[in-house]
Amino acid sequence: MEKHAETMSSKSALPPAFSIQRILVLAVNTLTELARLKIFYFLLIFALLVIGNSLFMASLSFEEEFQMLKDVSLGAMSIFTSLLAILATAMMLPKDIEDRTIYTILAKPVPRFEYLAGKLLGILLLLGISTIVMAAMFFTVLWFRVNTVIADAQRQMVGADGAVTEELTAYIAKVQASAFNANLIPGVVVVFLKAALLAALTLFVSTFATSAIFAMIISIAIYFIGHLQATAREYWLQGVDIAWWTRGLVAIVALVFPDLQAFSLADDIVAGNAVPMGLFLQTAGLGALYVGVYYLLACVLFSGREL
Amino acid sequence: MRIAIVIAILLAFGAARVPLEQHIDAVHREAGFRTARIDLDLRSKISQMGFVAAFSGFRSFVAAVLWIEAHVAWERTEWGRMAGLFDTVTTLQPKSALYWDMASWHMAWNASNAALEDKSEPNEFLRRRAQRQYFELGKKFLEDGLKNDPVNPLLWERYAVLLRDKFEDYCAAADAFLKASELPNARSYLPRMAGYEMAQCAGREREAYDLLKKLYDDAPANHVPGLITRLKEMEDKLGIPVSDRIPSPP
Repeated sequence: MEKHAETMSSKSALPPAFSIQRILVLAVNTLTELARLKIFYFLLIFALLVIGNSLFMASLSFEEEFQMLKDVSLGAMSIFTSLLAILATAMMLPKDIEDRTIYTILAKPVPRFEYLAGKLLGILLLLGISTIVMAAMFFTVLWFRVNTVIADAQRQMVGADGAVTEELTAYIAKVQASAFNANLIPGVVVVFLKAALLAALTLFVSTFATSAIFAMIISIAIYFIGHLQATAREYWLQGVDIAWWTRGLVAIVALVFPDLQAFSLADDIVAGNAVPMGLFLQTAGLGALYVGVYYLLACVLFSGREL
Repeated sequence: MRIAIVIAILLAFGAARVPLEQHIDAVHREAGFRTARIDLDLRSKISQMGFVAAFSGFRSFVAAVLWIEAHVAWERTEWGRMAGLFDTVTTLQPKSALYWDMASWHMAWNASNAALEDKSEPNEFLRRRAQRQYFELGKKFLEDGLKNDPVNPLLWERYAVLLRDKFEDYCAAADAFLKASELPNARSYLPRMAGYEMAQCAGREREAYDLLKKLYDDAPANHVPGLITRLKEMEDKLGIPVSDRIPSPP
């Protein structure tokens, strides 16, 4: 009798209001779903682009070649992760509604904010894996090209007695300095941060969007406007003599849209700009703030949405 | 109701983050980021798609593509087209010393030589004028590059070499070499180069002698044939007392 009462009490116990484990299950499930959609195939295109580019560039001087390789690779990384963030996130909610998966999940004791957190985390995992794989490909090709250039130089410059000349040592140091730059790593992290921001933004848009296409179009439009936000903000704050309605318009752009130029540091990093730690942390903090606020807004809208 | 809450949060967040974004913007600019000038002038130079791409955070990508285009133009010896493409590339990536350096070199050395050797132009005066224009173009690329990156020793060195080899302005070349030698990560031979050019600059012979003598006295590594020859010449020219002269090489 006592045993029966215990069983009854454990059955009627309420599940926790918040569970990291539930979020992780949802995140892994989202990542698996996206992987099944063969979304990672775009990495092959990236690989072709980077390898093809490096082969074509072999006819340039090594400084030019490395500069091109960095420009094209980081640019392509930014394009691919941004597109992936928008397209994969925009189709998530509509797809779950269409497949009716969402009803099965929300019928269980899963709060809507956890459902969204799981989805967002799944996308962030996808973006993280993609960024790491692309960065690994880029660094591998760069390393390979550096070694090819050095091997060529060694063949031409090593003395008859096999001695390494001072000029060769200086040349090798120059080749390595123009290829590897520790600042490339924060550059890659900022590319990921921008993609994470776009994913959170698209998640927010998709909570009120009527279809995946709508969410994609709105997010892509915000992407372009976001790159102009800094210009609008300056125009608004500098007190330029403009019509009141123009000032109002640029103020709305500055207040509503994210400043995506803040996450376009890679352009200057490949040109050799150093990234001080303080600058990197502030940029990362801004990115995390955007992700948090867009997630919060998505939760507010999604909690009242009729499914 | 929820929509009103969302709009209120969005605006409140916007108002709160504007000072933060302004601060981060200032920090970025101070560190040399976000300095590229993307305006109507650039729009007139590149295609609409290129302009949109440059505006969307793919400046370096567009610059790389245009640089490849410039390389193809070089292979076809289309110098005018190259100059235009270099102008756009350096506008898109003003922080890249490589682009300024290569653009200047192509104009001042390759294009200028091609202009002088241009068989389609029988008038030598016009050929020389075209050559001079390419020298000026090469100089302008380096001057603009130095405005964007005034502490780059490589650009100062290239500027000095250009002034020496193409303009024969030894005084300005000496100053540029000196400037380059004072910057961090400058090459060790730059003070010597400054001294060599200064020695050819009328009125600065004594200054050149003092500089070269100091280099000679400072380190045995500086006892290179070029420096010794110049010092010997200067000693004779300036009438330096025998007791103060450097020993003659064996």
